[in-house]
Formats: sequence, C-alpha cells, structure tokens
Amino acid sequence: MTHDLDTLRTETAADLAAAQDLRAWDAVRVGVLGKQGRLTGLLKELGKVAPDQRRERGAQLNVLKDELAALIEARRVTLDAAALDERLAQERMDVSLAPPLPPHGLIHPISRTMEEMAAIFGAMGFTVGEGLDVQTDWFNFSALNIPAHHPARADHDTFYLPGTRDGRPLLLRTQTSDVQIISMLQTPPPLRVIAPGRTYRADHDATHSPMFHQCEGLVIDRDITLGHLKGCLIDFLRAFFGLATLPVRFRSSYFPFTEPSMEVDIGWNRRTGELGGGGDWLEILGSGMVQPRVLANCGLDPREWQGFAFGMGVERVTMLKHGIPDLRPFYESDLRWLTHYGSSPLAPVALHEGIAP
Amino acid sequence: MKFSLSWLRTHLNTEAGLDAITGRLTAIGLELEGVEDPGASLAAFRIAHVVEAAPHPNADRLRACRVDTGLEIVSVVCGAPNARTGMRAVFAPPGSVIPATGAVLKIGEIRGVESAGMLLSLREMGLGEDHAGIVELPDDAPVGTPYAAWAGLDDPVIEIAVTPNRGDALSVRGVARDLAAAGLGTLKPWAPTAVPGHGDSMVSWAIDMPEACPWVLGRTVRGVRDGPSPEWLQRRLLSIGLRPISALVDITNFFTMDLGRPLHVFDADRVQGGVLRFRPGAGETFRALNGRDYVADSADCVIADDAGVQSLAGVIGGDATGCTEATRNVFIECALFDPVRVALTGRRHAIVSDARQRFERGIDPALLPQAIEAATRMVLDLCGGEASAVTQAGAEPAWQRSASMRFARLSSLGGMDVPPTEAVAALTGLGFVVEAQTADAVRVAVPSWRNDIAAPIVLDQMLGLDADRARTAAEGCALTEPEADLIEEVLRLRGLDNVPPVSLPRAAPVPPAVLTSRQVRSALARRTLAAAGLVECVTFSFMDHTQAALFGDAPDALRLLNPIASDLDQMRETPVATLALAAQRNAARGQIEARLFEIGPAFHAAGQQVVAAGVLAGMTPRHPLYPSRGLGAMDAKAAVLEVLQALGLPMESLNVTADAPEFYHPGRSGVVRQGPKLTLATFGELHPRVLQALDLAGPAAAFEVYLDRVPEPKRRRKTPPDLPAFQPVRRDFAFVVSVDVAADAVLRAARGAERALIAGVNVFDIYSGDKMPPGQKSVGIEVVFQPRAATLTDAEIEAAGARVVAAVAKATGGVLR
Repeated sequence: MTHDLDTLRTETAADLAAAQDLRAWDAVRVGVLGKQGRLTGLLKELGKVAPDQRRERGAQLNVLKDELAALIEARRVTLDAAALDERLAQERMDVSLAPPLPPHGLIHPISRTMEEMAAIFGAMGFTVGEGLDVQTDWFNFSALNIPAHHPARADHDTFYLPGTRDGRPLLLRTQTSDVQIISMLQTPPPLRVIAPGRTYRADHDATHSPMFHQCEGLVIDRDITLGHLKGCLIDFLRAFFGLATLPVRFRSSYFPFTEPSMEVDIGWNRRTGELGGGGDWLEILGSGMVQPRVLANCGLDPREWQGFAFGMGVERVTMLKHGIPDLRPFYESDLRWLTHYGSSPLAPVALHEGIAP
Repeated sequence: MKFSLSWLRTHLNTEAGLDAITGRLTAIGLELEGVEDPGASLAAFRIAHVVEAAPHPNADRLRACRVDTGLEIVSVVCGAPNARTGMRAVFAPPGSVIPATGAVLKIGEIRGVESAGMLLSLREMGLGEDHAGIVELPDDAPVGTPYAAWAGLDDPVIEIAVTPNRGDALSVRGVARDLAAAGLGTLKPWAPTAVPGHGDSMVSWAIDMPEACPWVLGRTVRGVRDGPSPEWLQRRLLSIGLRPISALVDITNFFTMDLGRPLHVFDADRVQGGVLRFRPGAGETFRALNGRDYVADSADCVIADDAGVQSLAGVIGGDATGCTEATRNVFIECALFDPVRVALTGRRHAIVSDARQRFERGIDPALLPQAIEAATRMVLDLCGGEASAVTQAGAEPAWQRSASMRFARLSSLGGMDVPPTEAVAALTGLGFVVEAQTADAVRVAVPSWRNDIAAPIVLDQMLGLDADRARTAAEGCALTEPEADLIEEVLRLRGLDNVPPVSLPRAAPVPPAVLTSRQVRSALARRTLAAAGLVECVTFSFMDHTQAALFGDAPDALRLLNPIASDLDQMRETPVATLALAAQRNAARGQIEARLFEIGPAFHAAGQQVVAAGVLAGMTPRHPLYPSRGLGAMDAKAAVLEVLQALGLPMESLNVTADAPEFYHPGRSGVVRQGPKLTLATFGELHPRVLQALDLAGPAAAFEVYLDRVPEPKRRRKTPPDLPAFQPVRRDFAFVVSVDVAADAVLRAARGAERALIAGVNVFDIYSGDKMPPGQKSVGIEVVFQPRAATLTDAEIEAAGARVVAAVAKATGGVLR
C-alpha cells in the first residue's frame, strides 16, 4: 500500500538530483508540492481511502510531505550556493591592478620649517609677526641703525622699486627686521615675536637665491639678558634639530642693530654633514642684544627696556635638518623634488607628537 | 685681512701656538677665515749631510749615498746629477708625503741597493719649478733641523674676517692688541723715533674741503733711490698675497697692513705747482694707478695739483704723479679722511682698495704724526735720502671721548658676573684709560683707534613719534649705548661662550595661541589644499615683466629698478603667474599631471595681499577602469570651495558669476563672491593665449583665493543639528531651458519654491544634444522633500512638485520636459 509513497520519494529525490538550476528545481517542487503536484494529489485522494486506513495513510502522507519539503529545500540551498559561487567566479577581478589613488598633496619644506619654528618659539611664549615684502628703507635699514652710507647697506645688495612711501624709497626687504620695528611701534612691551617671511637680495648662485626666507626673533622686556638670548637659542636649536645635546657655540660679531652681537655656531661633522658631534662648527644664525639706537628709533627708552634679537635662514636650517644639498630646487617647483622632501598635511607640526625628523 | 704668524709676532709677545691664536681670534669676533701653512707639508723634511755619494754599483746614472739625517745614517739612492759627498741637502724620511706628487715614501731597494728616504728638489717640495737637481744648502745649515723652520717657510698665514665696526683690526698691530687683551700674550711697545727734518718740503698741502679731509701731514724725502725692497719686506707682502713693486710702494703697503695706516707716495718732481689741494672733483678725468680712467665729480674729494686731479682721496692714487724707478724726490702723504665720503666715492667708482677699506671704517686719527715718522724712517733706511720738515694742513680733530660702565650691568645686560678688576683690566688691555672708578662703576677714556666706542649718537626716529617719548628715548640711548659698547668689549674678551645660558622665563603656564586668526587662515588653507591633493610650491615673487603682463597690468611701480636678471624684474600680481611657469617646467620635464599651489603674496601698486593660488595642469593618470581626463575649471572650483569651506564660510552664502580676470578662459571661469561685493576667489581654465605665450600645453586651470578678504567666521555657539525623524522623499524633474540659463538659477528657483519642505536640490543631468530644440537644454534636478510632522501623502508631494515646476518656470522660463 505504501509502495506508491516510496516510489514518489525515490523519484523526487532523483528528480532533485537531476535539477541543475533553480528553474529545474522549481519544476520538481511544483511537480510534487504544487497545486497539481503528485503529493498534493495524493493528499486530495485521502478522502477516498477507506476510513479504517485513512488515519494511517494520512500520517504516512504527512511524514512524506515533511520529508519531501526538506529534501526540496536542501536542494535549493545547494543550488543557490552553486549559483552564487558561479556568479562570484564570474565577477573575479585582477586585484593586482593599482587603484586610482587620490592625488597626493604635500607641504613645502619651507612652510614646514616655518611651522616648526612657530611651534617651538610659540611654546616659549612668542607670537608670529608679519611685515611687508615691499618696504621703505626706513623699516629695512634706517630704523635698524643702518644709515644711508653704512657699508652694511651695500653688503645687502638691495632691490629697489620706483616711488616712495612716507617720503622714503621703496625696496624689497633684505631681512624680516621690519617686523621687529613694526612690533615695537605697535605693541607695547614686553614683546616676544618671531618673524618668518620672504626676503630678497640681489645675489644668485649655488648658495644664494634672490629670494629666500628668514626667521627673525625679538624679545623686549625689562630684565632680559644675554644669558636669556643664549638659553632661548640653545633651547630652540636643540628642539628644532631633535638633538638634546647639540653643541652650540657663541662668538662675538657685529651687526648694526645689536650690541653685544654674536654669531651662533652648531657642532657638526664637516665631512659627513652629520649634526651634533664631529668637532667642526657651522655658522647658523646671528644674534645680539638690541642696540639702544634701535629701541630709541622706535620710541622705547633703552633705560627701561632691553632685549635680544636674532635671525636665521629658513632654507639653511631646513637644508641642515633634512640633508638637502642644494638651495635652488626650493624655488623650482620640480614635482619630483617636492614629492621627495614635502611633508604630509595630515601630520602637521604638533609639539605633543614630536617634531624631530 | 691676512697676516703671517711671524708678522703678528713683531707686535705680540706670546707663547701661544697657532691653534690657540686662531681659536681666540674667532671667539673675540675676528673670525678665522682660513690658515695657510706652507710649512705643514714640509714638516717631515730635515736638513741632512751627505756623508758619501758613491756611484751606484748597478746603475750609471744613480748614486748610492750614505746620509746623516741628524738621527741616524741611512742609505739613499739618488738620481740627481748634483748629489755629491759632503753636501747639505733636504732629506725626506720613509712615511713622509712628497708634496709635488702626493706619494708616500717607502723604504725600497733600487737595483739592489737599499734606499731609506729621499733627497729632495725644490719642485718635489712644491716650492718652485727647479728640478735640475736636489736642493743644495749652505755648509753651515744645521743637520737634523727641520728644513721649513730653517728656511723660514714655517710661517702660517692667517686670514680673518673683520666686521665693519672694527677698522682698528684691519692692522696687524690691532689684531695683536686684541689678542693681548684677550690674554694671549703682551703687546710689544711701538714708539718710532722722530726723524729730524732738513729744509722745507718740496710740496705743501691745501685743504678746500675740510669736511672730507680735516687733517693731513706730508714730507719730502730728497735724493732717494727706489728699487726692489729688501727680502724681509718682500716676503712679508708676498705672504699675504701682495706683489712687491718697489721699495717706496712696498713701504706704503707695509704700513697699510701693519698699522692700518694707508699712505701714499707722490713723485715730488711730477707734482705741478708745488701744492696738492684737497677739493671737490669738477668732472675731470683722471687715470688711476690701476690704469683705469675715472671721472671725479663734486661729491668726490680729490687731491689735485696745477695739472689736475692726481688722486681720489683715500681710495686710489694717480698714475701721473706715481713713483717710478726714476723718482728721486718723494712726497709722503699721511692723511685723515671722512669715512662716509671715502665709502661713497669708492662705491660710486667701484674701486676696492686696501686704503678705501680702512678709511671707510675709520682710521686712528691720532696716529698721523707717529706714522709719518715711521714711514720716513723706513724710506731713509731702504732708499736713502734726506727728509724735509713735516708740512701739514688742517688740524687733529677732537676725537677724545669717554664712556662709563656700571659693573652691575655686566650681569643685568650681559648675563655674566665679572669682577670689576677683571672688567677694568680687559678695557685697559685694549687701550682704554681709567679716568675715574668707584665700587659700582668706571669711566674710561676711549682710545683714538676705537671710533666704534661711544660714537656720536645718530638716531632716525619714527616719523610722527610723540615728541616727549622721542626725546626720552634719545636721552636713554645716549646714556646706555656707550655702556653697551664697553660691556660688549668685556664680554668679547672673556668669551661669550662663558655667559651661562638661561631659558626664557615662562610668560604663561600654557602658552596662548601663537598665530593670529589671519595666520591660521593661511595654515588652514595650506593643509586643506595639500589634503585635496595639491603640492605646495614656493615660487619667486618676481618674474619677467612681459610674462607678468599676461596676468595683469604689470605696472611700472612694480618693476624693479635693479633686477638681478631680466626674467626677474616685475613683482607678480598673482601667484598664478609664477605657478603657471612652474607647471610649464614640470610639463617640460615630462610630468603628465601637475596640481600645484602656493600661499604667498600678490603685489599691487597699492600694496600686497596673501593669496592661496593653484594651477592644475595636464591629465589625470590613465587607468583601465577609470578614464583619464583633463584637469579643468571644475577642479579649480572644487579647490576654491574646499578652502572657503575649511575657512568657515557658509557655502550657501556664496555666489558665482562668470566675470573672472582676463587670464582665464572667458567662457570657463568664474568669480566667487559673498554677497554682491566681497570677491573671495576666482577660478577657471587658463586662457589659450596665456597657455600659448607660456608654452604650456593645456589643459590647465587655475584659481586664487584672497585669504586676507575672508571674513572671520562668527564665533557663535552651534545650534543643535536638524535631525528629522521622517524619511525624505526624492523626486527628479527635467526642465527645458535656454542654453544660457545657469544651472544654479534652476536650483535656486526650485529650492525657493518650498523652503520649509525642500532640504536639498542638485543637478544630476544636463543634456543639450540633438534631441533638444536649438538653443535649449535639459536640466535634470533632484529635489529632496523633508517631511517633519508626518509622512507626506502622495497629494502633498504632488502639490509641492507643482510648486517647484511653477517656481522654475517663473525664474528661468523652463518647462517640464
């Protein structure tokens, strides 16, 4: 009596196994469980079965129905997985291809150095001052105790522009000292200011550029001494170069705008270019106590106020810090050079992250 | 300034060696430029005695010598024809380096005979070309003594850089004085004896220009015989690179270097009229000793006789009255000149001379009488003759000055405690004379040669400075500057390296912001542009004026008067100009794509402003999955908007119009403004004419953001964000509008149709192909409706959509497609 059920089970299983895609599988499902399906047909015929057998026959059919439903579902899962596998196989790509990276932007090393200077001097209480590239000779020379005939004016190889401002000839500033003057005129002391910026001198060879960058600094207070000048510059140089024991040497020199004046050297190895040891000295900046005439030219009484000033070449310290051998590429905008020495905008100067190379 | 060690020792008694001297020179501000030590390469060579020079057993041209080196007897094989028994020669031991070849000498065997050293020729020692044979020394040459020392070749030449304030250090004696004061020995006394004068000078002085020449001495020496100067003098001058000429000229050069006291000698017989007159030039041409002609103008002080200009005072002498071998009567000039006038004359005529270098820094105004005696003595010694009485004009100026120093200021300004006795000793060592001293302070007389100490105060105070403030400041300067002068001297001699460094006291526990908000804008713009893929450049502020004219007016006011090169003569009006040149250079180097920016000054006749500018040139990289495309106006606009957004500008407050500067493509460029007036930025493709002129193959776009004009972002507390709970509904509309309707106009109209409900509008399609009527285009926009109170019904969406269509139709004439 159950022979027909066994046959249905066996044949359904065979049909499912033969179904190789979801379409064939669906035909099997409908053929068994659909409205016109064989199992559905058997269930419909249950009423015609003799009542004494109906109960048993009903139970057998229900078991078979569950069994076939499970078989059919299992086959669907298998076919689904196979179909997905096939799709994925077709979607395979060449992962060795380079992705279209977004263009890689970078910060110029001069900007980076000026940011580092702002961060380090900023930690010492300095602010950043600004002047004008086109200045009068008063701001660039006269106020700084460099009168018209002074040899220092000739040494500076100044570019001049036509016209005047406040009756004084116009020039391209040869140093950012104009910022010192502006600061003293505009801000009552005490003052701590650095002035990074563009400067210009008529000199063009392997080690000179007609435009370059300087960072000057000025501290004015009542009791600032030459000891503070030394401490401040040693602190800066060691932080900037990331060398806690960098040797720093001070020797007497002359600038019209400072007295006493000092050149500052750092220790390095002339042969290898390595900073720190090596026993050789490299001149790196000029400095001194602000000349009383400069204070007086800006209306400050040197009996009340004193302080120090310094100036260094931004490119020069950048070249030393990063071992950049040549000055001229700084201004050539050669993408190969910029890519080599540029720094990431997402790693800006932050003292708490460390700024040493 | 160059001098040899032996020359220095004529003024300085010292035990110090070369290294100690050069180290101290640098420390006290006479910076060492270099040392040439001709003896260094000869140090190993000694005087030796050739005990025997026998024929070499195996070689006809060689000799087998037994040589006494003073230490031992060694065997040396020598090929020199003049090697002979009994001679004194120069011996190079094994291990030494032969200067001419750089070869290291080894013990060897030459044809079976050992050779443990070498006898040297002059050429082998690098001392000349003579290679005819080995050096033959006199029989009394001491065996075993270093040859260089015996021959006087161990005299190092020191070169120092002298700062402009230290005219006194442009003399060997001045250097010796500084070193003595710094503790490196003692200064030898120098006091020339007077030479009695016989008769009047053949030439006399007249000063018509006392502001240029306050005082001059002169003296004739009759009956001189000029000729080569003696060896010691020649050697002195040669050691510092001066060519000996004749005794008379060499004497003037000697005193220029030795005392920093330039002199000049005239051939008295060639001076016309017997009077030399200091007067302004009058446009005369004059031939100088260097063989060149100069035109003296009224700003120059000249020395003239009846025949005309004979010298540019303090700068260079004249050919016509110069001394020659035929000179029999010489007139010695020893003058004092105004430093400024000498500097200006020298600069104007571009004459660099040892005399100018010293006069323009200022020479010792009190030295003239002694100097002329010393010079006369040397002329008599070397050239014979008889000296006349000294003739002079003008008078010694009042150079005497005093300066005071409070000892406490050494510490409170100089940062170093110096005991008063040591401070005073340092000053007296330099020639200062104590006038008065207390426990707290000292007053000293300034020596005549230190014109940099307690110099007259010249101020150039800010115009418009408050009069009281200016006067107080000037008084303070007059009191403090001489003191600072003295403090510098004391610290310099004790070594600034010995001042203890002190870190700056903290002004605040946590430092406040370092940058102004304006400076922060530049930093932010820089990081934004770099993060957006642009590479920062630093280009020159000046450029070729013809190229500058492509980017603006290139006004004469911004043209350098003295450019270093013709392609760097005009201040740029926008960094776009120099960046475009940079892009061209990169393209020429084979770069396919260049995204460059710079944050720097743009110059205008009225001033300068900070501009963030960029040039985007070339094509994006080729890729199998993403097509390459040319960089264009939209890339530039994107950079502009990124910057403006980073700087806190509300994007909806900006408007864009197509009226960019002329260096842009007129149809593919725009100006970004806030409101009707505030121009913030420009962007667009570069004009094809500009590209062509710069030889830059397109495509290339550029932008400028005027950072100085960006308004400060309003520091308001942020309102809570708008986060409606209901899902937004998106609807697309396509409008047919005239081709000259800006997409932005369609968006604005749509957005304005239903302000409360519409949360966003954007263009997703623009079509103007052949399915459109001529002159028309289709603009597809997406409108986002944001319900707030309840989900929108179809009817509500329908109604809002109708209002969008009506608003766009009204504003742009567009009809729903």
